[in-house]
This record gives sequence, structure tokens and C-alpha cells, in this order.
Amino acid sequence: MSVLKNDRRIPFLRIAKRAEISRRKAWAIRIAAILLSLITGGLLIIALGHNPFSVYRDMVTGSFSTRTALIATAKIAVPLLGAAISIAPAFKMKFWNIGTEGQILAGAIAASYFALFQHENMSRPVLLLVMFLAAVLVGGLWALIPAVFKAKWGTNETLFTLMMNYIVLNIVTYLRTGPWKNPSSSGFPKIAMFDDSARLPNLFGVHIGWIVVLGLTIFMYIYMKHTQHGYEIAVVGESENTARYVGMHVPVIITRTIFISGAIAGLVGFLIVSGSSYTLTDNTAGGYGFTAITVAWLAKLDPFAMIIISIFLAVLKKGSNTIQTNFKIPASASEVLTGIILFFMLGCEFFINYRLIFRNTKIVEVQHD
Amino acid sequence: MNPVNAIELCDITKTFNDIPANNKVCLQIRWGEILSLLGENGSGKTTLMNILAGIYFPDSGTVYINGNEVTIRSPKDAYDLGIGMIHQHFKLVDNMTAAENIVLGLKGKGRLDRKAISAKVREIGEKYGFNVNPDKKIYDMSVSEKQTVEIIKVLYRGANILILDEPTAVLTAQEAEKLFDVLKNMRDDGKAIIIITHKLQEVMAVSDRVAVLRKGEYAGTVNTKEATVQSLTEMMVGRTVSLNIERPEPVDPVPRMVVKGITSYNEEGYKILDNVSFTAYGGEILGIAGISGCGQKELLEGIAGIYPVTPDSSVEYYPDDTGKATELVGKRPMQIRKLGVALSFVPEDRLGMGLVGSMDITDNMMLRSYLKGKLGFTDRNPPKKLAENVVEQLNVVTPGITTPVSKLSGGNVQKVLVGREIAAAPKVLMTAYAVRGLDINTSYTIYSLLNEQKKAGVAVIYVGEDLDVLLELCDRILVLCGGKVSGIVDGRSATKEQIGLMMTSLGEEVKK
Repeated sequence: MSVLKNDRRIPFLRIAKRAEISRRKAWAIRIAAILLSLITGGLLIIALGHNPFSVYRDMVTGSFSTRTALIATAKIAVPLLGAAISIAPAFKMKFWNIGTEGQILAGAIAASYFALFQHENMSRPVLLLVMFLAAVLVGGLWALIPAVFKAKWGTNETLFTLMMNYIVLNIVTYLRTGPWKNPSSSGFPKIAMFDDSARLPNLFGVHIGWIVVLGLTIFMYIYMKHTQHGYEIAVVGESENTARYVGMHVPVIITRTIFISGAIAGLVGFLIVSGSSYTLTDNTAGGYGFTAITVAWLAKLDPFAMIIISIFLAVLKKGSNTIQTNFKIPASASEVLTGIILFFMLGCEFFINYRLIFRNTKIVEVQHD
Repeated sequence: MNPVNAIELCDITKTFNDIPANNKVCLQIRWGEILSLLGENGSGKTTLMNILAGIYFPDSGTVYINGNEVTIRSPKDAYDLGIGMIHQHFKLVDNMTAAENIVLGLKGKGRLDRKAISAKVREIGEKYGFNVNPDKKIYDMSVSEKQTVEIIKVLYRGANILILDEPTAVLTAQEAEKLFDVLKNMRDDGKAIIIITHKLQEVMAVSDRVAVLRKGEYAGTVNTKEATVQSLTEMMVGRTVSLNIERPEPVDPVPRMVVKGITSYNEEGYKILDNVSFTAYGGEILGIAGISGCGQKELLEGIAGIYPVTPDSSVEYYPDDTGKATELVGKRPMQIRKLGVALSFVPEDRLGMGLVGSMDITDNMMLRSYLKGKLGFTDRNPPKKLAENVVEQLNVVTPGITTPVSKLSGGNVQKVLVGREIAAAPKVLMTAYAVRGLDINTSYTIYSLLNEQKKAGVAVIYVGEDLDVLLELCDRILVLCGGKVSGIVDGRSATKEQIGLMMTSLGEEVKK
């Protein structure tokens, strides 16, 4: 036999999947990750020539301390939560709907049409109701297009929904510069502000959309956990073959679920135009549809966890705006800071699921009975 | 003088999630022998072999190759040490030729010298009695040819220690015979060969020694000559088990399901089922034999309304003895159930079709009955009770009914699935490869469950691959060959050779 060439050292680093991890340990890892992210971010702040402690303090106070700040934070959190809720059923079904951004805009366009051109023909409650229904319907139908293609011909929904975003974005640009351009805006291509009757009433300083979205959160929790539809979504997501085996009508389930997903996104579009911006712009969806994907993942598709995560992200966003004004930190730098914090939070999930074994780690012997 | 032992494993321990898969296992394999590694599901055979192949790294213990202590950190280390493993699931690139697959991943010159490679492949083939065409594409190959390519792949890399993980699970009896001849040639050439298998007849036929693992621990090694099927089973299970499959006479068989001319085309338009007809009687077990991929899967799925069949096919279901039939063709499973058809189906792909791996036992029990809740809500109480019953009656080993089924071992997964299907009180019960991958103990549990159903008057259809079992368990055996019925034989009088022949050639040809 040939001479054996073999390096006898054991590997320097090995990765092993953890069994169960205790809640306390998991949270300890998460907290450690947040601390580490603050330290890393602090280095960035020092490099920019500021005191990290005062920057962090302003980030928090900037989003909570005053009533105005609180309202501004809530105005970010509400659509973010709504968009995350809309993603939940789609992702549970493993239908990678990244077209939430476009579905929000589609709903916003539909609501805006009635707000801009039909407000004189209806009383305020009727107008708001019609705007709501139009947004829900159009958002759902917009999402239905890629869903039907997926159900019938197995097209790739990720690319499809992504591309649909650009179509609707360009429709908004077209409307803004063409047919819906405000004639009194003196040549500046802009859509007019909504009439007062098309604006959502406030409750505690924030438009009543926050109640709608919280209601949706509870609805979605029950829908996913305790209804037959929710069960079907879970089965289709895990294994289409199993779904067919028990006789579920997979194409119907896919289209129905994605219609619901898009409809909720459309509703979010209505809440944004009618509750906070009072007009339609290219920036109406404002990236909520994409940030919502982060929210949905961080919350592991649990609607109640989404509440906490979307508030957290809203604070980050509002806080980064505050430090831009207070410290003259450039917008890009404050975005890097937000990115660092998110990176650590997402990255720590790896250490919750896996453990590292270094060469010198003592392995505890397990006694077998 | 070479050391006698090709491999010596000392005190190998490997734990997953704090559960030991191997606990201080010691094992020796000599040059020039075929060693069978035997053990129930979850006894740690594959884990131990994966350690040798460099896929897992042991927590503790030492490995000696040819008398030298070594460390195997990666599959490459294993190759360098002359260890080659042929996995249960082939790892080949479909649209490449045999020769290309064989050299894939090897370092060499920028240009492939196809002639030299083909020549070397042929040389290896001739030396050990393989039959292989190096220029044939993988997608044109039968399962047994693919396996040959896998074996040559490791030989080409200079392996002299071969590990085969359940090599015969996918082969017909004849193909297995051929494989054994090749293995014996390699043994006589001085190579060390380990085969993992569940089939005790094969162990007896091919190996020189048998090593047994029981629950992750080494239970001993015996010379095959001194062992019997009975003694090996006892070593494996740790107690005496009866190895006779019961076969009660069918009592008062009545037609339950009449299949007439079922025909089906697969997605590529290829005729996968060609005019298959048979009758399943209540109170009997009808076996279905055939080389894998001969339409067994499509036949059962076609009957269940999952796989499309041509409209002129017919599946008549007779719920009682009044002679009134229900036609199943053209209906979806949900409609079939609504018509009151008591048809249960244990599919081949347990976690991919019969169950949802990530869901717990309760939610899996609900699969067939989730629509029973009121107002669109789900009612988890009945499935929860059913889950508790199945776990208790079939001795499912699980931490609880809220454990995801994918975390259970193969045998327990099957118990959950079979338990649910039987609980639906079927009149026709179809099972596809019900004992595939299960250890001997669980297999016998499944056989006796099927026999209970038979005695209760259920028409049981058993698609199987082990001819010995088919011949012991079934009253009649339908043999499929290339999507056609090759013939239906009596399970009590047919022989293995007869069925093996029918599996490869159609009935008429047999008669000639």
C-alpha cells in the first residue's frame, strides 16, 4: 500500500448546528449583537468626528422625546407594519412576493383617482370608503397578475413581482407629468394636494390608519394560525405535492393568497396618500415595500413580532434623520449606521442556530444510558 | 508485509444535538474482505461511514488506516487515504458522460484526454467485470448503470477501501447479483469493502464478516459462516424476534376496486402506464412488483386522482356488495373523498407527499380532515386526539405530539403516516414502498398492520421492492414491466426467479 500522507491536526474551526437553545441564551446573543453593532457604529461616528454617546442619545430622543417626534415615528411605523403584514401570507406560502412596493403604489393610484377627481361627488365617509375599496381592489389585482402566471405556467414570481414595481412606478411618473399634473403648480410637474374630505381623520395625533393596521395584525395572526385558509397556505408553502395529495386546489390557493397580500399592500398605499402625504408622488411607497421584507424576516413571519420590529426600524429611520440635522452627518453615513445595526441583528441569527467549535474547545462527553 | 486491518476505528463518538449517534464504536475491516455493517434505523451506521468518508468529523476517537493513525477532515482527505464511499443517492451530473463524471473534480491538465480516460475506465471495468460505456450520458442510463459509474469513480481515484450505503435498495434481484459478483472480484483483488444493508439475505450471500451496531453502540462482529438470519436479527435488535410474516387465507374476497385499462403519459409525453387492468379484492393483499420507475408510482397516484390518466381509463370503486360502482377517474382527491370513497394512500415520498415535515403530528393528522372545522376555522381537537392515539398505539417514539415530524426517525415518520391513513377506516389501502429504509422491527410492525387491515376486509395494495417479502406477504402479485402488466401470479406458488423474469420482460415473452 502507498505511503500515507496525512496532516494530523484537527480542523481549526468547525460549525455545528445547535439543538435547542434556551430563550435566555438566544436573547443574550441578540443583546450582545446589538451592543456589538453599537460599538462598531460608534467607531464610525468617532471617525466622523462626533461623540457616539450624544449621537445615539439624539437618535433615541429624536424619535420619542416630543409629541411631534412620536407622531413622525408612528407615521413611519404604520405603513411599515402594514406592508410586513401583507408579505406574511405570501412568504408563508414561499411565494417570494417582492412586489409589495408596487402594490402599495397601485393602491395609492386608485385611491388618488377618487380623491383628486371624484371628491366633489361624494360625502366624506363615502369618499373615504370608496378610496379604501378601490385601493384594496387594485392592489390585489396588481398582485394577481404574477400570481396567475405562477399558478398556471410556473413563472418565477420573484422576478415578475420585482419588474411589476417599475411598471407602476413609471405609471405614477406618467400621471404626474401628464394627465394628473396640477395645472396650478406653475409648470412644476406635481399632482395636486387632496381635498380635505379625502384626508383620513386623526386619532391621538396620528391618522386612524394605525388602528386599521393593528386590527389587520390581529386578523392576520388568526387567519394564519386558526383558519382553513391559513392551514392551506402553510401546506402549499411546505410541499405542493402534499397539498395535491390531499386534494387542495393549489392554483386557487396561490391566487387567493396573493390577492389578499396585494390587497393589504394596496390598503397601505391608501393609508399613506390619505393619511400622511395627502398626495401621490413617485416616493409614495418610499421603500416601505422592501424594508417590510426585512421586518417580515426578522419577525419570522409572526404578526405580533412585526409590531416590535417595525417600531424599531421606524426609530432607526427617524433617528437617522434627527442626527443628520443635529450633527450635520451626511445622509449616506447615517444610512451606513442603520445598515450596521441591521447587519448585526440579522447576523446574530446564525449564532443562535449554529455554534462554532474551535480546535481547543473541550467537548463535553455525553453519557449514554 | 501489510497490516491485516485496512481500517481500525477506536472509540469513535459522534453526537448530534447532544444525542450520541455513535458511542465509543470500535470496528476493524481487513484487506480482502467484504464486511456487512448491520443495524436498525438510527443505529449510527451511516454516521460512522460518513466519518470515514470525511463528511462528519468525530467528537472523539481515533482512526487507523493501514495501521497508521490518521485524521480525516474532508472528503478529499478520505480520497487521499484511499477511501471511497458510494452513497445511497447518486451524485452525478445528468447531462455529462460517464467518463466526464468520473474525472469531475480531479486535478489535471486544462484539456481532457478523453481517449486516455475512456481507456482507463474500460480497463477498470474489465478488471472487475463491470459493463460500462464511458461515452454514454448519465440521463440515458439505468439506475444500475449509474451505480456502476459511481463505483468506477471511486476506483479511478485509487480507492482501495470502498463503502457502499444500501447499494441494492434500487436494484432488481438480477442487478444485485451482478453487483455482488463485482464486489467479490474486488475483494479477491485485495480491496476492503464495507456494505451497509438492511437485507439479511444479501448479508448472508455476499459478506465474509458482519459487524452489528445497536443504538449507536458496537454490538460485535461475527463471521458470516457462523451466523444465521435469526442470530443476526437478535444481535441487531437485542432480543428474540419472530421473522415469519403472517399470511392468513383471504376470507370471502369481494371486488373492491376494478381498474380497467388505466393509461397515462408523463410530462414528456412518454407513455408511463399502458393499459393496466386488475381487480383488488377486499380481504386480500395484492402485491405490485417491478423494477423501480416502471409505473408503480404513477399507477397509485393515478388511482388516487393525483396523477393525470387518460379519460378512457377507468377505476371503479365498490363501496359495498350491492354491485354499485363509483368511477374515480377524472376526479380530484377532494371530490373522491366527498363521494364517500374510503381510499387511503401511503405514498412513497413520506415527508414530501404524505406529510408536511415542518408541521407537528397534530397538524399532520389534520391534513385530510382540516375542512371539518366550522366557519372556515380549523378545529385541532379531533386531530390532537388522533395524534395521541396513533402515538400510543403504534409506539411512535417522539418527545410529544407537538414535535415536527421531520425530527422523527424514518420508522416513526412512517408510523405516523400509516396510522393516519388507517385511522380513516379505508376500504382500499394503497401503500408504496411502505417499508423502504425501515429497520427490521418497524418493517414487521408495518406488515402486521397491513395484515390486520386485510383481516378486517380491506383491499390492501402493496407496492414493494423486496421480492422475498412480496412472496411471503401477498396473496397475489401483479408484475409491472415498462408500464404494462407483465402478469399476475399467485403469491403462494410463484418463485423469485419467475417474478424477476417477468419484471424484465413481458408475460408473452416469458411464455415463449
